Amino acid sequence: MKPFEYAAPRDEAGVLECLSPEPGHVEILAGGTDLLPLLQKMILTPRRVVNIKEVASLRRLSADSQGVVIGAAVTLSDLLEAPELAPCTALRQAIEGIDALQLVSQMTLGGELCRRPQCWYFRNGHGLLADAGRRVVQGDNRYHAILGNSGPAKFVHASRLAPALIALDASVRVIGPEREDEHYLPLADLFRTPRHERERETVLLPNQFLTHVYVPHPEGWLNATYEVKHGRGPAAPLAAASAALLLEGGRVADARVVLGHVAPVPWLSHEAAQELIGHAVSAETAARAGQAAVAAATPLSQNAYKVDLAAVAVERAILKAAGLPTGGL
Amino acid sequence: MPVEYRWPEQGKTAVVGHEQDRIDGLAKASGTAKYSYDINTKQMLIARMLGCPHAHCRIKSIDVSPALQVAGVVTAKPMKEAGAEIQWPGEPLAVVAAETEAAASEGAAAVQVEYELLDVYVDDTDRQAAEAAGRTAKGGQSIELEREPGEDEDEAEFEEREIQRLLDEAAKEGVVVEADYGIHAITHMCLEPHGSTCEWLGDKLTAHLSTQNVSGTAGQFAGPLGITADDVTVHCDFIGGGFGSKFSPDAWGVVCAQLARETGRGVKLMLTREQELKIAGARPSGFIHVRVGANKDGVVTVWDSHHWGTGGPDSGSIRPAVVPYVFAPPNRRAVHTVIKTNTGPFRAWRAPDHPQACALSQTAYDDIAWKLKMDSYEVFRRNLHTTRLPDVYAAEMEIAARLIGWKEKYHLHGQGPAEGSVVTGLGMALHTWGGAAHDSTCLLRIHPDGGVETSLGSQDIGTGTRTVIAMVVAETLGLPVNAVKVNIGNSKYPPSGPSGGSTTVGGVAESNRRAAQDALVQIFDLVAKKLNVSAEKLVAAKGRIHVSGKPDQGLSWKEACSLLGMKPLEVRGSYSRRENQPSKLSSETVGGVQMAEVAVDKRTGVVQMRKFVAVQDMGLIINPKTARSQVYGAVIMGIAYALFEERIIDRTTGEFLNCEIADYRLPRLGDIGEIVVELYQPESEYNRGVVGLGEPPVISPGAAISNAVANALGVRVPVLPLTPQRVLEAIKRSNV
Repeated sequence: MKPFEYAAPRDEAGVLECLSPEPGHVEILAGGTDLLPLLQKMILTPRRVVNIKEVASLRRLSADSQGVVIGAAVTLSDLLEAPELAPCTALRQAIEGIDALQLVSQMTLGGELCRRPQCWYFRNGHGLLADAGRRVVQGDNRYHAILGNSGPAKFVHASRLAPALIALDASVRVIGPEREDEHYLPLADLFRTPRHERERETVLLPNQFLTHVYVPHPEGWLNATYEVKHGRGPAAPLAAASAALLLEGGRVADARVVLGHVAPVPWLSHEAAQELIGHAVSAETAARAGQAAVAAATPLSQNAYKVDLAAVAVERAILKAAGLPTGGL
Repeated sequence: MPVEYRWPEQGKTAVVGHEQDRIDGLAKASGTAKYSYDINTKQMLIARMLGCPHAHCRIKSIDVSPALQVAGVVTAKPMKEAGAEIQWPGEPLAVVAAETEAAASEGAAAVQVEYELLDVYVDDTDRQAAEAAGRTAKGGQSIELEREPGEDEDEAEFEEREIQRLLDEAAKEGVVVEADYGIHAITHMCLEPHGSTCEWLGDKLTAHLSTQNVSGTAGQFAGPLGITADDVTVHCDFIGGGFGSKFSPDAWGVVCAQLARETGRGVKLMLTREQELKIAGARPSGFIHVRVGANKDGVVTVWDSHHWGTGGPDSGSIRPAVVPYVFAPPNRRAVHTVIKTNTGPFRAWRAPDHPQACALSQTAYDDIAWKLKMDSYEVFRRNLHTTRLPDVYAAEMEIAARLIGWKEKYHLHGQGPAEGSVVTGLGMALHTWGGAAHDSTCLLRIHPDGGVETSLGSQDIGTGTRTVIAMVVAETLGLPVNAVKVNIGNSKYPPSGPSGGSTTVGGVAESNRRAAQDALVQIFDLVAKKLNVSAEKLVAAKGRIHVSGKPDQGLSWKEACSLLGMKPLEVRGSYSRRENQPSKLSSETVGGVQMAEVAVDKRTGVVQMRKFVAVQDMGLIINPKTARSQVYGAVIMGIAYALFEERIIDRTTGEFLNCEIADYRLPRLGDIGEIVVELYQPESEYNRGVVGLGEPPVISPGAAISNAVANALGVRVPVLPLTPQRVLEAIKRSNV
C-alpha cells in the first residue's frame, strides 16, 4: 500500500472540495470492501482517500408517495431492513444473493454500484482493459463478457444490485464538479463501457460523485432476481438477471429485463422484454425471452457456456417474478 | 519384569475411546491461542518479498536500492542474482524489511528488476503437445500380468499383445470402458500463510515458525545461517493449516532469520495470500487415458492406462503404483508421464497421489457399472477380492449403504426421476492409507505434589494432538485429562516426528503410553512398599493407586507421588518403528468407504451436495470426538476439490490468475450438505492399536462425488472440479 492523504468531510460540498479533476488521484471510501484490497495490492494508488461515511445526507433513506431516496453510504443490510423497499423484491433478492453477513453489513449502495470489476487481469495489475482486451481474448476468459464485448473491454460489470435497480427503473443523483452542479440520470445511463484505460465503468468525472439513488415504488410491477451461482457465498454469479413485469389482464403490458455479469455494463435487454409484452407469462414465453436476451451474444474462446446460463437466468427471473416455479435448484 | 506395552481391553478404558473436548479448544475459539502469525516481538520489523511477475525468465539485473528510498524501509536484499533462471511465477527475488507492513510492500514493489523473458509452457492437459514440445519425462510404469511371455518372446511385444487379447475378450464377453478422466492442480491454501518471526539473542536464534515439523526444522535453519542446530529454537504452539506444505522453513524462513541478525531486531516475514497460493505448495494435476475390461458380472479383468500431469518445473504427479486405486485387477498396466511446466512446484498434499489416483480410476470402475447397466455398489463389491482389505471394505460398504439409503434411492445412471431440471444421484469410492506411527520420544515428569507434565517436540496441526497426548497419559495413570499438562511446539523438547502421513497420533501415543507405563511401575513400587502389598496387584484408577478390586486399600495419586521425595520422577518414553514394531500400541493400513448423494441442475450445471457418508476404520480410536472432526474436515476438503478448487493458469503467460481468496473458490457451509461420519471400530480394529487418520478420509470424495454426478445425469463429467461449466459442456457433448 502506498501512503495517501485521508479526508473525512462532513457534508457533500466538503466531499466535492476533496475531489480532483485528475483521474486516479482521489478514491472515494465508503464501506471499503472493494477499495481496501485494491489499495493493498496497489492496483489503485490514489494520493487521497475521501471517506464519505461521515456525510449525514448520504446515510439517509427516506420515502415519499412516489418512491424511496437512498443515500450512497446506506449499507445493504439497512436496505434489507427498510420496510419502504419491501415491494422491491428484485433488489432484496440481489442483496440476499451476496450471501455474506459481513459484506452485507459493511457494503454501501454507492460502493456496490461503483464496485470495480473482479476481472483477474485487472486485479492482477494489467489494467482495466488488460492490454486493450488482448490478454482476455488470448487468456482465460471463462468468467468474462458474452455481450457488449466487441471493444477492448471484456470484463463483466461487478454490481449485483444494478440489474435489479435498473429493472425497478431507478435513477441517480450526481453532484459536481462545481458546488452547484446537480444531475439526475437513469441508473442505466450511469454505466458505460470504457474504450481506453483512462475511462472507468461509469460516466462520472473524477470530480463528480454519486450521492443518492431514487427507486420509484414498483406499484404493481412484479419483480425478481435470479443468479446462477457456483456455490454459496459472495463470489460473483456466473450469470444473473432481474426482471420487472407489469401485468394487465393476465398479459404482460410492460417489462424490463436486465442481465448481470454478462457484459461490461448491466445489460438491459429490450429483446427479452419485447418477447414478453402482449403474452401471458409461462415457461414457454420465459424461455423465449431468455433466448432473445442472448441472441446477439458473442462468446469468447472459453465462455460459450455463459450464453446458456444467461438465458436460463432471464427465464428463471421472469418465472420467479410471476410467482411461477423455476424448475431448478 | 519388563513392562508389556499395551492398551486396556476394549470397553475397559476410563479416558481413551471416550468423547473428549479439545483441551486447547477454548484458547483457540477465544483467540487467546497464539498462532505463529500472532507472535510479535518488541521493535519488530515486517518483511515482504518481491515475487517474480513472470512464469519463466532470466534475471538480467536486480537493484534493491530504490526500495531503501521508501520511507520506513530499513533494509533490502536480493534473493536471486543476475543470471538466475526463474521457472515459476511468484518465485521470491528480493526481500525488504520495514517499520510497517505498508512500507515493506511498497519497498518490495520498488525493487528494480530487468527480465529476459523465456518461453512459457503450462499446458498439463495435452500429453502429445507436451511431448512434441520436449516438456515430458518418463514417470515410470507398473505392470502385472497373469501370463508370462514365452522364452523367445519379446517382453514388450508380449505385454502389448496380451493386454489387447484381454481387452478383446472383455469386449466380447463383458464390457470395455475406454475413457479419459482428469483432476486439476490445486493449492494448499493454508488459512495461516507460511512464514515466521525470527529473533536473535546473541548468537542464538528463536524462530516462531508456522510448521508441521517442530523437531526437524532447527537444523534446516542452522545450516544456511552457519550455526549449528543447538543454537536454534523452533517454536510453534498453534498452526493455521499445513496439509503437507509446512515441513521446512523454506528460503523465506532463512532470509527472515538473516534479516533479523543483520538488523538486530525481530523480523516477521509471512507470505501474502497471493504468494501463499503461488509458491507455497500445490497438489499435482492428473489426467488419464484408460482402457478397462470387465466380465459380464462387472469383475475387472484388465486395466490399461497412461496418465500424466504436472508437479511444476521438475518432477511430481501421481505414482503409477497407486493406479488403479485400491483395486489391483489380475492384469494391469499403468504408465506415467511427467509434464514439466512453469508452475509453482508441488508439495505433499494430504495423502499424496491418492485423491488424484482415486478420482482417475474409481470413476472408470463406476463407468463399468454404467455400461453394464448394473448397480455401482455391486460392481465395487464384486471387485473387493482384488483389494488388500476385502472384509473391512465389505463391512464398511454395508454400513455406508444403510446410512445413505443406497437401496431405497439408487437408480441406474441417468434413469432417476427429474424434478424440473433437477436430477439426483448416488456415487461411492474406497480408499486406503498406511498411517504407521512415526518415531517419537517424550519426557514425562511426575512431580512430588502430584503434578504431571509431558514434553515432546511434536505439534498440533489442528487435529487435537495435545488432547490425545493428555488422554493417553491420563488413561495410563488413572487420572482425569485435566490433570496432565502437555508441552509441545518447541524444538528443545525431546524429538518427535513431523506431522505428515497420518503418523502423529500413533507416534505420540506410543511414546507417551510407554513413558507413563514405565513411570507407573516406579510409582507402584513405592506404593507397594508403603502399603506392604505386591506391586503386581496395584492399579491406577480414578485418581488413586490401589489394590485391584479394593479401592480402599490404596493411596490418592497425590499421596502416592509424595513418596517420590524431593525430586520429580522423570521418565523418557521412546518409540522407533525399527526397534519397537510389532507393537500392540499401534499398527498400520486402513480402508474407508464413502458415499455421496448429489442433486444436479441440468440447465445450469450446478451440483449441490445433499448428503455424504464417510465410514472409516483407524484401529483403536483415542478420541472419537476429534476423530470425527478430522473426518468432517477431510470430507469438506474433498468437496472443495471435487466441486470448487482449481489453480487457474493463463495459458499464454503462465500467470496464476485466481491467486486471491475472492477468486480461488472454496465451498461455504451451505455447500456441503449433510455429512454423516461413522467410525468403524469392531474389536478386531481396536486390537490393532492406533493407526493414523489424517489422510484417508480426504481421498474418496472426488471419485464419490463424480460418480454421484454421473449417476444423476447419465453423463460422465470427466474432469474435476465439477464446475457448472464442465457439467454443461459434458451434457452438451453427450447430446451431440
